Amino acid sequence: MKRTAALLCLALLAALVVAAPASAAEPRASLSEIEAEVMCPVCGTLLQLAEAPQAQRQKAFVRRLIAEGRTKEQIKDALVAEYGEEVLALPKGKGFNLSAYLVPAIAFVIALVALILGVLRWRRASGPPDGGSKAAPQGPSPEDAERLDADLARYDL
Amino acid sequence: MLAVVGLLAFGLLSKGSSGVALGEVAPSEPLPRLEGGGTGSLADYRGRWVLVNFWASWCVPCRTEAPELEEFQRRHAGPEFTVLGIDSRDLTEDGRDFVRRYDLTYPQLRDGDGDTAHEFGTTGVPENFLIDPNGKVRLLARGPVDAEYLDRYVAPLLPGAGS
Repeated sequence: MKRTAALLCLALLAALVVAAPASAAEPRASLSEIEAEVMCPVCGTLLQLAEAPQAQRQKAFVRRLIAEGRTKEQIKDALVAEYGEEVLALPKGKGFNLSAYLVPAIAFVIALVALILGVLRWRRASGPPDGGSKAAPQGPSPEDAERLDADLARYDL
Repeated sequence: MLAVVGLLAFGLLSKGSSGVALGEVAPSEPLPRLEGGGTGSLADYRGRWVLVNFWASWCVPCRTEAPELEEFQRRHAGPEFTVLGIDSRDLTEDGRDFVRRYDLTYPQLRDGDGDTAHEFGTTGVPENFLIDPNGKVRLLARGPVDAEYLDRYVAPLLPGAGS
């Protein structure tokens, strides 16, 4: 029994050792995935939409690198080495390119702050005109209460 | 908000203006050599007439034009003239194969990102610019050139042509 358990543990350990590198390895790059992330420099469109002769050569280049077992990042780096940074559909977050990511984030924060300030101002404006602290809702004035009682008395059955 | 507008304006301006006109000084930023490593520039040929030819291996008209340019180079190359090829928006290996296939002997630079082609104001490939010894554009041909064009318009401007 002990021997069987030991063998099972050993088999489990071996399976884990074999599985670990496989799960840690980067997934194999695919043409469709890369085509969606890089541009055809001549056409000015995504590579996946381009059919120009230059795009065909670029696709063949990507296919060759995939066949060589390169990762997606390695292939994108190779494309940048050939065509420059503008081949990337989404620029790398460096230098002026950083603005592609910063500007929307800054615009979002500005819009959020403006919205919060607007709501606060609106709430303040719709508060009591004297700007005093919130008072508990008051009942009708004595005259109104008297008139209300009189009106209700007329409807007494 | 001003900062955002400023950033966008900077981005547009940093793209630079495009195109050179006849009589203007041609751009001469260094480019990598297509073969042999290192860089080269139009400025290296100051004092000579240079026919700058923008081409790419995937460009069909460039295939008929290249042998004509090579023939012209063989007849006129010397201390006062050369053809200078600039392989634009092309894969390095494809460009090198093209040079070997057509047995091109004139110097070749690589403009992978097309920035130099943009600075010259090209609208595609092939395009040719004849640059005088002072670095100014003297002729501009959009589209492929052939032996007739080269003999009729380029050759008469070169030294020793008797013009």
